[in-house]
Amino acid sequence: MTDALYKATILDHHKHPRHFGTLKRSTHEAHLENTLCGDEVTMQFKVEKGKVIDVAFSGRGCAITTAAASMLTEAVLGKSLAAVKKLTSKDVDKLLGVKVGPAREKCAYLGLETLHKAFS
Amino acid sequence: MTDVSKKSDFPILKRRIHGKRFAYLDSAATAQRPVVVLKAMDEFQRKHNANTHRGIYLISEEATALYEGARQKVAAFIHAQPNEIVFTRNATEAINLVAYAWGRANIVTGDNIIVTEMEHHSNLVPWQLLCKERKAELRVVPVTDEGAVVMKEFTKLLTHRTKLVAVSGMSNVFGTMPDLAVIARSAHRKNALVLVDGAQLAAHVPVDVKKLGVDFLALSAHKMLGPMGIGVLWAKRELLEAMPPFLAGGDMIREVSLQTATWNDLPWKFEAGTPNAVGAVGFGAAVDYLTKLGMGSVRRHEMALTAYALKKLRHIKGVSIYGPTSARLKGGVIAFNVQGIHPHDLATLLDREGVAIRSGHHCAQPLMQKFGVMATARMSFSVYTTKQDIDQCIAAIAKATKVMA
Repeated sequence: MTDALYKATILDHHKHPRHFGTLKRSTHEAHLENTLCGDEVTMQFKVEKGKVIDVAFSGRGCAITTAAASMLTEAVLGKSLAAVKKLTSKDVDKLLGVKVGPAREKCAYLGLETLHKAFS
Repeated sequence: MTDVSKKSDFPILKRRIHGKRFAYLDSAATAQRPVVVLKAMDEFQRKHNANTHRGIYLISEEATALYEGARQKVAAFIHAQPNEIVFTRNATEAINLVAYAWGRANIVTGDNIIVTEMEHHSNLVPWQLLCKERKAELRVVPVTDEGAVVMKEFTKLLTHRTKLVAVSGMSNVFGTMPDLAVIARSAHRKNALVLVDGAQLAAHVPVDVKKLGVDFLALSAHKMLGPMGIGVLWAKRELLEAMPPFLAGGDMIREVSLQTATWNDLPWKFEAGTPNAVGAVGFGAAVDYLTKLGMGSVRRHEMALTAYALKKLRHIKGVSIYGPTSARLKGGVIAFNVQGIHPHDLATLLDREGVAIRSGHHCAQPLMQKFGVMATARMSFSVYTTKQDIDQCIAAIAKATKVMA
């Protein structure tokens, strides 16, 4: 099956999520659920001198939720807080390399929403 | 297996989905409509559209006759009297009508209402609200892992303070069908009434409200090959007569002064405002179609499909099935999960193969918590479902397991 949504990079992040786990000490964190299916994501960040110096996420979810959150952790590590706060759904689409379509947007953007909640 | 209806009766099923043959396996969410329903609605809009019960001119009389004719058809379908059939938006609104009109007039502090653990949110949340407001108790009968109501527990929970037993006629997750006649007899011995959420039931098995002996039945047309936006509350006449109105406005009144009003006869007392006449006409055409097929044949067709699908599913490694594994004990709905694949991923991958299934909590979150899962996948059948649809689905599941492995 050649399927853009389930391409190798997304499946790789789903099966081997990056920065999966918890931080002992975080400066910012948040938890969100997708009420449609009960998927949940917790994101933790350690920010020092305006930079994200550590990040972790945990929770449970479908391949899209997990892969998008995993990719997001890679994208924000080392970035300035100002840059992280500016991330949008378009950035997530770029990370995934595909537009997920309306039925799966909640999955794809759950990590991003959690991130923004942590910094709000 | 002989198919009860022609797939060609359902224009939407001719669609290609992502270039593939369309296998629609989400009829428990909403069923597709046969061309006779579409035609009846189109004809109403083109030729007979007028407000009902109001105009002193030909097409208003036609519209009224068609609207009331639909009521008679639905009444006959469930063996009820037309003046006991109240048109609502859907089964949810029918249940809310009872919760507001009957519930607020009858439930007092210390009473209890019994529901089961497998209720759809629509037959749970209205009772939660009512019980909270009246300081009444909401009692929940457990179901087994196979989705059978634990009758021993039901009997224990049933007391002289039980005013209502609200139960699904067919679970939208397990497909199980509680023995409504037995529940009604037990409830009536304690002077409790019985409300049946018939949203799933009525599309799949013959329903006779007299034989069941229940007091309220809620239906949604769109689960029964009819359109969305129209449903029915059936209730025993004496109950409807005693109940205060639910929504107030035009058509539900007899006489109105600036300070007071008196109510119209049944069932119009409960139908405030301009009704969804075209929806009712579609509903009437849908029950005509089902009646022509024969609900006994519909049941046999869906039972054979369910047995076939269960057998095929069991042969796929890593598949867990929730609910009975015998088709005799359930309607045409199978909740399942495939190990290592989130149901949303499965639904997306199946969609790519032209197969529409449901994934999620099926508006039954307490049940999902009981299983310890976030969500499940679900396939469900109707009169137009074929073995080929199931084969296509099974092949797509096998393919999905390869992608996600």
